[in-house]
Parts: sequence; structure tokens; C-alpha cells
Amino acid sequence: MIWNALLLALREIRRNLMRSFLTILGIVIGVSAVITMVTLGNGATRAVSDQISSLGSNLLIIRPGQHLGPGRDSAGSAAFKVADADALRNQVNGLAAVVPVSSKSVTLVAMSRNWSAGVTGTSRDWFSAGKWQIASGRVFNEAEERAGAAVCVIGETVRRELFGGLDPVGRKIRVKQFSCEVIGLLTSKGQSSMGNDQDDLVAMPLRTVQRRLTGSVDVATLMVSVRDDASMDLAKEQITWLMRERRHIGPGDNDDFSVMDTRQIAETLSSTTKVMTGLLGAVAAVSLLVGGIGIMNIMLVSVTERTREIGIRLAIGALEREVLLQFLIEAVALASLGGVVGIILATMASISGAALMHVPYLFNPVINLLSFGFSAAIGVIFGYVPARRAARLDPIEALRHE
Amino acid sequence: MSEPLISLTEVTRRFGTGAAAFQALRGVDLRIDEGDFVAIMGPSGSGKSSLMNILGCLDTPSGGSYRFRGLAVESLSRDQRALLRRHALGFVFQGFNLLARTSAQENVELPLLYRGEPATQRREHARAALASVGLDGWGHHSPAELSGGQQQRVAIARALVTGPSLLLADEPTGNLDTERSREIMNLLTDLNRDKGITVVMVTHEADMAEYAHRVVRLVDGRIASDVRQAERQDGGGRA
Repeated sequence: MIWNALLLALREIRRNLMRSFLTILGIVIGVSAVITMVTLGNGATRAVSDQISSLGSNLLIIRPGQHLGPGRDSAGSAAFKVADADALRNQVNGLAAVVPVSSKSVTLVAMSRNWSAGVTGTSRDWFSAGKWQIASGRVFNEAEERAGAAVCVIGETVRRELFGGLDPVGRKIRVKQFSCEVIGLLTSKGQSSMGNDQDDLVAMPLRTVQRRLTGSVDVATLMVSVRDDASMDLAKEQITWLMRERRHIGPGDNDDFSVMDTRQIAETLSSTTKVMTGLLGAVAAVSLLVGGIGIMNIMLVSVTERTREIGIRLAIGALEREVLLQFLIEAVALASLGGVVGIILATMASISGAALMHVPYLFNPVINLLSFGFSAAIGVIFGYVPARRAARLDPIEALRHE
Repeated sequence: MSEPLISLTEVTRRFGTGAAAFQALRGVDLRIDEGDFVAIMGPSGSGKSSLMNILGCLDTPSGGSYRFRGLAVESLSRDQRALLRRHALGFVFQGFNLLARTSAQENVELPLLYRGEPATQRREHARAALASVGLDGWGHHSPAELSGGQQQRVAIARALVTGPSLLLADEPTGNLDTERSREIMNLLTDLNRDKGITVVMVTHEADMAEYAHRVVRLVDGRIASDVRQAERQDGGGRA
């Protein structure tokens, strides 16, 4: 009987193809919106964590102020100095490198072209800690770092914008009032998950940036890479202890700096994307509900329109529950069809959206099954009232209906 | 014959309550034996339709009793009456009442579907029923593609396909011209004679009633006359 009812329902859907399509449109949009939002959100989250963990699981980032992320700022906490980096290097065991980083956004001029980019002032260890490869030339040496020499290593994007297809090594870039020699070109890393271009950068010795660009001896961030054989937790504990001492934080007072490993950073960043995913998903879920009401509306119209047919069915001996089942299955078939079309649409939208946003496409079976189940459930819930109305019709009245 | 197919005793049917109440049937006693061909006649408002609805188990009497093969119909539930219709009754309506945009074949298969017959058997039975009403090979046509007479034949095939004991025809020729009407009446006569199906037919056309073995006249919800007439010869009319 259920199989027959399903066949009848499909025949009915086919009979009113245009109307059926419009009926399920709400569900289609709802399902595809939910799935696309969640899939792309998951992809973005994954991309962020991938990118950050690609920096290596043995990396610690130390910043002034507490917490990274929206709503908190580091204002009021004293900046680090180079001496802090030296202290860490000398007093904490098990560290492979301590890299101070300071940056500033400037306009670069070369060969009568100009380009805006962020200049990162750091030490040569920065290249290995950030997993950068040199495409041509070299990174700065210890003497250049100590002297604050006007040398720089540039990313692929900066080369393209300033030098076109030429080899930049040995050429000069004007940065503010000084001229800077390009000594190396970094291998392209491409776009990051957040959509920003990782190759749009210029790296200089820290001292060069401090003297000529920021004009202060502050260090914005300290990157610490921990040796593979050393314990991350122990290193974190020692760093915290040392920094508290250096920053004169009394016992019982809170840290005015944060030491985070890459996993924590990834979690902080992806929590933002998760909130966005949740909100967008909720909006999409509302459209699913609206789609369900659309189905109920059309089913009610359909029952009225087919009153005579229901009368015929009842007259030839259809039971109340058989008529109920027929209309219920029709509603569920409609809604599920909407779900299937929605899933197909969402898969296409997610794949192309993921490609466009440069995030990985992650097929999420849970959200797909959930959306399908939800749309079928919508069919049951919103199909029940019209189906019961059909089943309770008086056959004599129904047969007389014009 | 020990038990009549249909036995109505003091059947009344009242619609509405109080001052607005309308008494459609005011005590009908009627016995119909298996194999009979009964025409029910009467002016509008005489209770023909109410009586048909009760006979067809679509409605229940307000008073009195209706026994179908000894079974007290008034004590059956809605679903039990549906099952009785499914297994023992066939309906033919004035307006044909075929499902639109559904082929003749599928229309005839419909009652078998509710009986749960497997698809191949269903198709075979429906085809045989269509052949028995002279519509062999018309199965794939939708009602809109058929003439009125052909549509009524499909409706008759649908009523017959389950092999009912009682065929109820409500003004079966009301929408047809004389020629088509005669064909339908001959078909009903054949079914009654050859297959032994009991036929009860409502009509207000006297020349259609002549095909029946027995004519029951209703006036104001009561049986005014109940006449058994001589069996007519096929084809010819009566004086």
C-alpha cells in the first residue's frame, strides 16, 4: 500500500510539474542554503586551522595583552623589547629559535611603480619558523641584522607589482625616505584561507624597521619555536614565568601578555567562523520552515481541488487511513524531492563557492542527511493537516463537489 | 432464496435538527434479491438519492435497519463500510466520476489497487473488464479523449472489475444521448443476465426504467409503488 501510495504521489507530482516545482522551491532554497553555508563555513574553519598548523605544532606566539580575537585589544600592555627575545633565548631551555617581529604598512616605489605592502621586521630565523622557501637570492645575515642594513627579501606579489617579470635580486626599492636593496625572493605560498595574499610582503632586519619605519624599539610579537625533543607545556610555563618576572607582574595578578600555541590560535580564529556559520545556518533554517508552510498551503489547495477525486476513492472503498497516507506521502515525497534537489544544488554551490573562496570543499554527510531528514519531516508535519482534512471528507459531499 | 441481498426495514433518513430538519426517507421497506434488476424512480426530492446513498453504504439510516446479506450496515464503522463497498459494491454515477488526466486503464485499476492486487494481475483484470464493456484497446486513453458513452463504459468497467454482488447506478444515462443511453442500458442488462450481478439504478427516464425487472417509485420519502415488469426483449423499445 505504501509503495502504491508512493507511485500515486509521484504520478500526482508529475501531473502538476510546474506547481510541484514552485511548491518545493522553498525547501530547495532552504536546504541548499543550510548545506552551502555549513559546508563553506566548515571549509573556512578547516582552512584557517590548516594554515596555522602548517606553521608547525612547535610554534608559540607571544603577544602583549590578553587574548587574540575580537573585542579585546592589547592597548595598555607594554610592548616587548629585543631584550625580551634575548632573555627568552638565554634563559628558557629547549627553544630552537626566538623571533621578534614588528611590522608596518608602507608604500614601496621601484622602477617608477608603487605598491602598498606590509613590511615585516624580523630576524633570519623568521623564514624557517614560518616555513618560507627562498626562490632566488638569500636571506639577510647576522651582520646585516646587527647593522640594520637597508636590505629586504620580498614576496612574489611584490615582485610582480614592482618589477614585472624581472629578477628583483640586486635591484632597489624606495621605502619612505630610504632605498633598500632586494637580496632575496620568496617562493610563492599563494592565497591564504582568509583570502589575503601571503606573498604580498617585504621582510627586513628588525633593526632596520625599528630605526627607519616605526621609530621605536618596540617588538610587536615574539615567535618562539620549540625544539622537537622539548616539551611544549614546559616551554610555555617557563616563558610565562620569565615574562611575568620581566614585566614585574606580582603574584595573583593576571598576565598582561599571552603565550599561545598554534592550536589555540587556530581555535580562537575558527571560533569566529563557527559563530558566523551558526548564524547563517539559522537564517537558512528559517527559510526551510517557510518552505514547509508553502507545502502545506499547496497541499490544502490540492485537497480542495481534488475533493471529487477523494470522493471517488472513498466511494470505491478507500479507507480513511489510506487517503490520509496518500496525501501524507505526497507531501513527504514533495518535500523530500525538494531536499534532494537542494542537496544537489548545495553540492554544486559549495564546490564552486569553495573554489572561489580558496577554502577546501569538505563533504559533510551529517548536514546532508540532517537536511534531507528535516525536509522529509517538514513534509510529515505540514502535510498532516491537509491529509487529515482529505481523509475526513464525507464521500457523498465530496462526490457532489464541483 | 433464503436471505435477500438487501433488506430495508422502516428506514428513515433525516437531515438537520429542529425546525430546519428535513425528512428525506419516511420509512422505507424494501427487499431486493440476488440477481434482480431494480429501477428506482420518483420526482426530485422524493428521496431517491438518499436511498441510493444508504444502499451504497455511503450513508447510514437515521432509523430502521439495513441488512446487506444479513449484515447490519447501520452498526458498521466508517472503515467497515468502506471495506464492504470495496468488496461487494460497484458504483456508476451520472457524471461518470473518472479521475481526470488518468488513463482508462488506471481508472479501472484503482479499486484493485485498494484491494492490494499485484501489478500484473491488476493490469490483466482491468484489461479484461475494459474488454467486457467493449473498450478493448482503449486503455491508454484519458477520459478527456473519450466520448461520454465511452467514459460511462470505463466507469462501468471500474465498477465491475472487483466482481461486486451489487452494482449501484445513479442516473447512469443522465448525461448521454438516446443512442448512447440505450447502449449503456443494454450493457447493464447483459451484466445482470450473464454475470448475475444485482443492479439497482436510479433514473427519472421512464424508457430507461423499462430495462429493469422491477420499478420502485418513491414519493415524499415513501415507496408509492413497486411493480415487477415482464422481461423486455433486447434492442426493441416498448409501446
